[in-house]
Amino acid sequence: MSAVVHERKPEAGSAGTLSGLTGGYLARIRGGDMGALPAVTALVVLCLFFWAAQPTFMTQGNFANLLTQGGAGIVIAMGLVFVLLLGEIDLSAGFTSGVCAAVLAVALTRQDWPWYAAIGVSLAVGVLIGLTLGVVVVRIGIPSFVVTLAAFLALQGVALKIMDNGTNISIHDKTVLAIANDNVPVLLGWALCAVAVLGYAAVLLLRYRGRAARGLAPESMAVLGLKVAGLALLLGAAVFVLSLERSYNPAFHSLKGMPIVVPLIAVLLVLWTFVLNRTSFGRHVYAVGGSQEAARRAGIDVDRIRVTAFVLCSAMAAVGGLIAASRANSVDPNTGGSDVLLKAVGAAVIGGTSLFGGRGRMLDAVLGGMVIAVIDNGMGLMGYSAGTKFIVTGLVLLLAAGVDALSRKRALPGR
Amino acid sequence: MTASAPPDPRTPVIELRGLDKSFGPVQVLHDVAFSAYPGEVTALVGDNGAGKSTLVKCVGGIHPIDAGEYLFEGAPVQVNSPRDAAALGVEIVYQDLALCDNLDIVQNMFLGREKRNGLVLDEYTMEELAAKTLAGLSVRTVKSVRQQVSSLSGGQRQTVAIAKAVLWNSKVVILDEPTAALGVAQTQQVLELVRRLADKGLAVVLISHNMNDVFAVSDRIAALYLGRTAAQVRTCDVTHAQVVELITSGRSGDLGLTGANGNGNGARA
Repeated sequence: MSAVVHERKPEAGSAGTLSGLTGGYLARIRGGDMGALPAVTALVVLCLFFWAAQPTFMTQGNFANLLTQGGAGIVIAMGLVFVLLLGEIDLSAGFTSGVCAAVLAVALTRQDWPWYAAIGVSLAVGVLIGLTLGVVVVRIGIPSFVVTLAAFLALQGVALKIMDNGTNISIHDKTVLAIANDNVPVLLGWALCAVAVLGYAAVLLLRYRGRAARGLAPESMAVLGLKVAGLALLLGAAVFVLSLERSYNPAFHSLKGMPIVVPLIAVLLVLWTFVLNRTSFGRHVYAVGGSQEAARRAGIDVDRIRVTAFVLCSAMAAVGGLIAASRANSVDPNTGGSDVLLKAVGAAVIGGTSLFGGRGRMLDAVLGGMVIAVIDNGMGLMGYSAGTKFIVTGLVLLLAAGVDALSRKRALPGR
Repeated sequence: MTASAPPDPRTPVIELRGLDKSFGPVQVLHDVAFSAYPGEVTALVGDNGAGKSTLVKCVGGIHPIDAGEYLFEGAPVQVNSPRDAAALGVEIVYQDLALCDNLDIVQNMFLGREKRNGLVLDEYTMEELAAKTLAGLSVRTVKSVRQQVSSLSGGQRQTVAIAKAVLWNSKVVILDEPTAALGVAQTQQVLELVRRLADKGLAVVLISHNMNDVFAVSDRIAALYLGRTAAQVRTCDVTHAQVVELITSGRSGDLGLTGANGNGNGARA
């Protein structure tokens, strides 16, 4: 990962070697950048705990269930990462997903539109909401907390209006229902897994060759191998479990393969990670989050970046609404309401995205979303009431925000 | 009226004439004239609040100017944004450095002007150029160009900020108090660097409070006094004491502002 300015030899103690990698990682953690460590630790501990307390937790059926349960929240959290990276917040993302789901449902049922047109118009509504929020925040200068709090209330009303003050709209469109209810064929699942691992290996190899060709210290082959093997192991295990038969009566109705939500989230994860890490737009998002003044002086159009982040956030909320509608087979005025937004913000923060801006990754939303889904699911299986679940989720969020605040203090002494 | 340096046959790279700038009711710059020549270090001096930083921000396109002429290589130009200034080849290293703590050295050096391969950032080229530039400035204190700026010391940050300005083969580099936060050895390095930049043919503008620094490296001195140009002189034509007088009272002997009460600023106490 690093080039040494004077000694350009690859083996000159850079982070490219195995020991350099672990050493660099430890140094980063000591420096206050915890990365994915807290979320992964929490995930492992929680899974072991629930497994011990309630063995049904570790069944293939529940694993698949967990992923579809968490899907909508994870996607909304991914959108929120853009806004959080700028040090802003979007409290209305939950009801944005609700309104977009309502538009989707109305288009599918009352207007009888085909699924692609309905999804298209729902996404367009998401973009429009984000554009409005962004322009109000940037042009008028009202803090995003207040603007999106107002939108939180207003959009709740809009959702009610669209659904004639509270009727539930059932969705019958097969394609939309398939997203959270159907599975990818087992073989295709393995193929996707192979594509992901090979793609990752190819990206790493290309980077290795690119760096070596320029005389920059590349990562050692051992590190590359370890990374690829790790991903292959993780994905392989997940796909294997999801490929097991989950139906109680396979002769009657077979149920296996990964839920369609999983590759959908994976594609979004890769896409947005690419945008954040490899394009100048992503670089500018981090810069604006780090120091707006520095970004402005560097000639970055700060306003455009901020508006775009709100647009992306709301558009992702629309995708989240689509998943939620698909999973519930219907849309009601409470879709995207209650704790959806708070859990999504919690997911991003638990994953390691800073509320102060400038630090965070797309992967954070997925990891944090998994933590929240595991708490929800595991405590539900253990028979705890909704009240207890809320309290525990709240405490976990507080813990994550505490880690964020403390690590920030550590990273920036003197603030 | 301002006293001017002897006429110079060359065209200045940057020349400002009759520059006015107000923030609301407060007029910060009055009829300011300023020029910087290629291959020379022009020191911009003045007391706190004299308008040095505002003048620099006008040159850099951060603040639009209210009135006056902005000439670049003899031709009038409009500079309305930092991008315009950068396009002309004017780079400014600000007092507060303007670096993003959460980005690494390479990312900061190319911020806003990233090298790209189509849609994708060209990290290799950027890292290579950044490392080369730092090596060219004989920077020994920075361990890795992929280090986050938050982990750097004040001197290292200054180095990165200067390297960022040098990277672009710019024609004018403006340094706002580059040595204010540095130790003795690092100050010496930065001053050597400043001289080297000028010797390479760049016009360097050095804002400084430190008369030793000013007399060590500058070829010309421009003094501001309460938002007006007190004098633009050759460094070899003046003494320490004269420059201090220009800074503190706006005039020194026959140099400086002429006004009813000698400070050119009316009745302001």
